[in-house]
Formats: sequence, C-alpha cells, structure tokens
Amino acid sequence: MEHRSHIYGVVAEFPTPHELIYAVEKTREAGYRRIEAYTPFPVEGLSEALALKRNKVPLITLIGGLTGGLGGFFFQYWASVIAYPLNIGGRPLNSWPAFIPVTFELTVLGAALSAVFGMLALNGLPRPHHPLFNVQRFVRHATSDRFFLCIEARDPKFNVSESARFLKALHAAHVIEVEDD
Amino acid sequence: MSTRPPYDSESVQAPVLEPGHTYASVTDKISAIVLTRPTSLGWVVGFALTFTLVMVLTVSLAWLITKGVGIWGINIPIGWGFAIVNFVWWIGIGHAGTLISAILFLLNQKWRTSINRFAEAMTLFAVACAGIFPLIHTGRPWMAYYMFPYPSTMYLWPQFRSPLIWDVFAVSTYGTVSLLFWFVGLIPDLATLRDRALKKPMQIIYGMLAMGWRGSARHWHRYQSAYLLLAGLATPLVLSVHTVVSFDFAIAIVPGWHTTIFPPYFVAGAIYSGFAMVISIAIPLRKAYDLEDFITMHHLENMAKVMLATGLIVAYGYYFEYFMSVYSGNKFDLYLTKMRFHGPYSHFYYALILCNILTPQLLWFRKARTNIPLLFVMSLVVNLGMWLERFVIVVISLTRDFMPSAWGRYSATVWDYATFAGTIGLFVMLLFLFVRVMPAISIAEMRELVAETSEDHE
Repeated sequence: MEHRSHIYGVVAEFPTPHELIYAVEKTREAGYRRIEAYTPFPVEGLSEALALKRNKVPLITLIGGLTGGLGGFFFQYWASVIAYPLNIGGRPLNSWPAFIPVTFELTVLGAALSAVFGMLALNGLPRPHHPLFNVQRFVRHATSDRFFLCIEARDPKFNVSESARFLKALHAAHVIEVEDD
Repeated sequence: MSTRPPYDSESVQAPVLEPGHTYASVTDKISAIVLTRPTSLGWVVGFALTFTLVMVLTVSLAWLITKGVGIWGINIPIGWGFAIVNFVWWIGIGHAGTLISAILFLLNQKWRTSINRFAEAMTLFAVACAGIFPLIHTGRPWMAYYMFPYPSTMYLWPQFRSPLIWDVFAVSTYGTVSLLFWFVGLIPDLATLRDRALKKPMQIIYGMLAMGWRGSARHWHRYQSAYLLLAGLATPLVLSVHTVVSFDFAIAIVPGWHTTIFPPYFVAGAIYSGFAMVISIAIPLRKAYDLEDFITMHHLENMAKVMLATGLIVAYGYYFEYFMSVYSGNKFDLYLTKMRFHGPYSHFYYALILCNILTPQLLWFRKARTNIPLLFVMSLVVNLGMWLERFVIVVISLTRDFMPSAWGRYSATVWDYATFAGTIGLFVMLLFLFVRVMPAISIAEMRELVAETSEDHE
C-alpha cells in the first residue's frame, strides 16, 4: 500500500489505433474501470470502447446560448423601453424585429463561449502538469504517432506488476510504470 | 466510416493527401516548419517589406488622429469613402475562413483539413484589419466605447434599432467566435509543439498555450462535441455577419442600397472574395514550405470551383440589381443604374464586370483551374473586383442620390491609399508571423486523415 501512493499507474504503448481499441476492450473485460486512453487524434470507436457517457458540453452550450439570447433581448427591451425610451414619431418602443440581429449575435456568443470554456472546465484544463508527463516515451509520442492506454493506480484491481504483465500480454510495444509526484 | 462513398468518385482528381504519409511524417513535416526549419531569407525580406507597410499604417493613423478625417477624400455627400469600402472588403475576405472551417466541416469535406488552419488565421487577421476602419472612421476613435452598452453616468444607451449598432455586435461576436474556433483547433497542435520543442523557452510558451493537453480520450470526447457545436454556431454566424453588414446599406433609402437582394448577394460576394484570398495565400505558402503533398491540386481545384459558383451568384446579384431598377420604374433607381453605366465612375463599374464576372468564367475549364500561375492571377483579379464592387456601391450611390443639389464627387487622397495599403501590410505581416510560430496546417486533423486514407486502402 505504501508503494502504491508513489505510482500513478501503468501505461502501455501501441502503434495503431486498432490495437489500442482492442486493448481497451480487453482491459475493460478484465474488470479494470479506472483506465484512460491517450491518442494523438480523436480515434473513432474509442469512446464506445471506453464506455464513455454522453458528455455535458451540449447542455452547457444550450444554457449559454439561451442565456445570451434571452439576456440580449431583454436587455435591449429594458434599454429601449424602460431606461431610455425615445419617442420617434410615435413608433412603438418595443420594436422587437429591430432587436433580433443583436439577440442572434449574443445567442451565438453565449453559446460559443460556454462551449469552449465548458469543455475546458470539464476537461480540467488548464492543468500544466500531469504524472504522465514524467514518462519520456509518452511525451515524445503521445501527441505525435503512438497510442497509449493507462491503468490508473486508483483502480481497485490495480497491482503494479500484475497490471503491467496484463498489458504486456496485449502485445503492447512498451509498458511503463508512471511515477506520481 | 467505410460506408461513406469514396469522396472523389471521378478518380481523375488529385488526391487530398499524397500517399505514403504516416502519423509521424505529417507531425514531423508540419512541426518542423515552426520548430527546426531555419528562417529563410525570403521570410525575412517578406516580413521586412510588410512591416514597412505597417509603419505606413501607423503613420497614417497617427496623422488621422492628429488632424481628423479631413485628411481623407470624404466630404458630404460622400461621407463613407474608402473606410467603409475597405471595411466591407476585409470582413468579406474573412468569411471564407469560417466557411472552410465550419461549413465544410459540417458537410464532412475531407479536403478542408489542410487548408482550414491558415484560412481561419486569415479570417482573424482580416477581421482585425476590418475592425480598424469603422473605428477610425468615427472620427473620434477614443469615444468608440460609446457604441457598447455600458452603464454610463449620462444614463445613455445605444440605439439598438440602428444597423450600425448591429454591426458592432456582429463584428465583435464574429471576431470572438473566430478566435475561439481557431484556438480550440490549435490546442492539440500546441501540445505537439510543446512536446517536440527543443528549447526550454519554446517548451514553456507552447506548454502554457496548450494548457496541459495530453490527448486523453475523455478530453477528445468533449473536445469533439465542443468543436462540432462551434462549427454549428459559426455557420449561421458567418451568414449573419455579412447580412448585418449589408443592412448598413439596405436599411438606408439611398438608391442602389435599398434592395432586399443585398444580404444573400453580400454573403456570396464575401465567400467569393474570401476564397480568392485563400487561393492567393495557399499558392505561395505551399510553394515556400514544400507543402505540395498536403495542399494538393485537389484543394486548389475545389477552391476554384467554389469561387466560380459564388462568382455566378454574385453575377446573378448584379443582374438583379439592374433588373429591379428597370422593372420597378423608380426614376431614382433608374438614374443610378444609368450612372453606373455612363456616369463619372463608369470605368469602375466596367472594371468590376470584367474582374468579377468575365474573368472567372475561365474557371469552367479544368486547364485553367489546374494552371497554378493563372489561378493565382485570377484570385488577385477577383480580390480587386470585389474591392471595386464595394467602391461602386458606396461611391456611385452617394454621389448621385435624390437631389442634384446634393450630388458630389469623390476622390481618395494619399492618406486613403496609405491606410489601405497599410492594412494590407498588416494582414500579410500577421500571416508571415503566423506561419513562423504556429502550425499552418492542423497536425491532429492530418493524422486523422492519414488514419482514414490508410483505412480506405485496406
């Protein structure tokens, strides 16, 4: 147990996305749950292999868009009807068709800002350091040409030597222990 | 993935990525442009030249702020002049970047991959150049914050019924969303640069920008949702921006401006000039950095086709402007049309027809589309034509409105030309800087393309 606190997990390296997906499926079948794959580009089928749930980015974007749109419209209404009414030849103060362009722009702005910042927040970014950055091969290849699978130490089934042996059996090109700091 | 039909069913077309590339080779080749390739003499000379133009811009702006807009050729009745012509031209150029990155992404067009990054950068820089003009055209740019709704001690609020306020919101939203879209696309590539940079300062700078991206599958999962949503949001946004810009004209009652065809015809014109600018940038870029493998003939030909299609929509718009003025029988509109063909600025109108309608008809022929020098020249011609279009719209209408006593003439001064040339310098200089410090082609998406094209062969 003492040893475990210094170890973040065990990471395996694969040369192709197909081998990675196969390894992910096998690892999940073996009962590991705290696992994560790292790829240099979004690999199709990987989310399904990891059984990732639908994410919350679309919901956050919807809320952001609605906030922007409704806020934008009612702000214009408030400014033009309540705060600073201008009588221009007796025309209606609530000239809502004229408020639509700004309402639309603010809807898009609110939605786009919440999509990006929601995505970053859910991903826990910015996070300048991560235990995996201690692994030389990971740094050199994870954002370039190799596909990684990490079994994390917090997985109840995790055992350094056993999990490493398991990953090796999946034809990983390299299996490396990840130091925590 | 495999159920999708091969995207070039004609099979005579050039491939979207030259064969033989691997994940490592695309990563190496694109990141090397930024990280290891020595700065070439051509880059230094180009940067120096454009930097000189930026100095011209600085001087023009300083003189403008010192003396006021009187240094330009504008006067009543022609209060708009070059400032608005250039604004509309620049903002239109930006539209192709968003179209390529958002609309072609939604339409699942693989050929967008190697051109979207620098096209998005082009959008940002074009919007930056565009934003300068309305700001300095206000005459007192230090008061520009009046246009934003802020709680002032005067209890004053902007006039939200005015297209000029719509413009403020449209252009600032467009700038912001374009920046977000570009930056989100860059995050994985910044991580690649962080991991491959050899020098410590570079590692730190790219590391901060990459924000700790490590390609986690959970991150990609949310990233893809966000990217798709941004594309979906940017698509109506880009259409709305030039629509709002056209409202600046169409809401007014000036002959030649007050037409309902303006929004679609402006959007088509924007995409037309934008694609012309993308071609003008892509051709030297692929040559200078040996990117012919990535930006292939396929890309150039497709862009030429989009240019032809949008050019035809623009031609339809010109025809309908003419038709509606004749059909309506409105004497002011009729007179304006007469002035376009026979008035003091008719040479601009004929040059416009030559640049925007006649020349691009060559693009019907594959020989013309695949002739790179010719295509480059044509893209410049279309850019010139689109600038002339905005000149014709702004100047001819304003010099000939309803009352002969209110007619006038307009000619630009040296400061008008200097400011315009200065923004061109700023635009190109920013592009020079961009290709030097950021990956000009999306590396992550190129790897995806490698994966997809290798699957197709299996």
